Amino acid sequence: MELQLEYFLLIAAALFCIGIYGLITSRNAVRVLMSIELLLNSVNLNLMAFSNFIDPEGIKGQVFTVFVITVAAAEAAVGLAIVLAIYRSRNTIDMEQFNLLKW
Amino acid sequence: MTIAEGVQLVAFALLTFMIIGSAIGVVLLENIVYSGFLLGGVLVSMAGMYLLLNADFVAAAQLLVYVGAVNVLIIYAIMLVNKRESFPPLTRGWIRPVSTAAVSLGLFALLATTILSTPWTISSAPVAVNSAVTIGKHFFSDFLLPFELASVLLLIAMVGAIIIARRDFIPEQKPAAGETDVYTLPERPRELVGSAAESTPTQE
Repeated sequence: MELQLEYFLLIAAALFCIGIYGLITSRNAVRVLMSIELLLNSVNLNLMAFSNFIDPEGIKGQVFTVFVITVAAAEAAVGLAIVLAIYRSRNTIDMEQFNLLKW
Repeated sequence: MTIAEGVQLVAFALLTFMIIGSAIGVVLLENIVYSGFLLGGVLVSMAGMYLLLNADFVAAAQLLVYVGAVNVLIIYAIMLVNKRESFPPLTRGWIRPVSTAAVSLGLFALLATTILSTPWTISSAPVAVNSAVTIGKHFFSDFLLPFELASVLLLIAMVGAIIIARRDFIPEQKPAAGETDVYTLPERPRELVGSAAESTPTQE
């Protein structure tokens, strides 16, 4: 019995679904950003699994993963800055209170 | 892979348990501080998964960037906005978790059936021995433009984060006409609170 590609893909799918659940149901803005990190990590795990099992010579999936990590770092910095700015102006981090643009 | 298969399987099971359990904790725990540290657990376990997938360079990058930078940034944000507030309950607030759980489980079922029914073409080529060298060759030959764009993106994100998160204190009145030759940033130092305010002169 050896490690198969499907195991990694199943774990990535489970992590993605957990991230989706947290992204929609959580009301703390920082927890929403953490859920986005979970989503990005599950996609990274997919890319790495494909890179190892389907393209083990070129390992282009690892290159994609490095780019995704870069974009995730930029996204985390800007997202947390936005959360801080909203917290200063609205004095709350409840996602339900951020409805300035809602009809 | 030079590790024995039994060790691989045990490590894989352990990492799976850590990833799924920590991710559920991140999503479901009430205390946001625990969620932040459990997110660090997820990220470290993910680096272990990368090691199982013969990717030492990306595992190191994951540890440095995600655990060292992103997770610390998130914990800093938790400390800065750590206001314990009980969110007011919504009307019919149970609909959203229930429907989202149903959608997530359905999505997982769909993905699982797709994964298990697709005939993957597993390559039997030997694994790249030195992954860092191969990734470096990719970066400077066929992925050169995305590589440079990523550096520009990081610079833009850094400047944007500083500008968004900065406290803006716009002066109330404009300076007189004769004093405009000194250019200053449009912000003033915050007035000190407490006992330090009486001892130090305010810079008005």
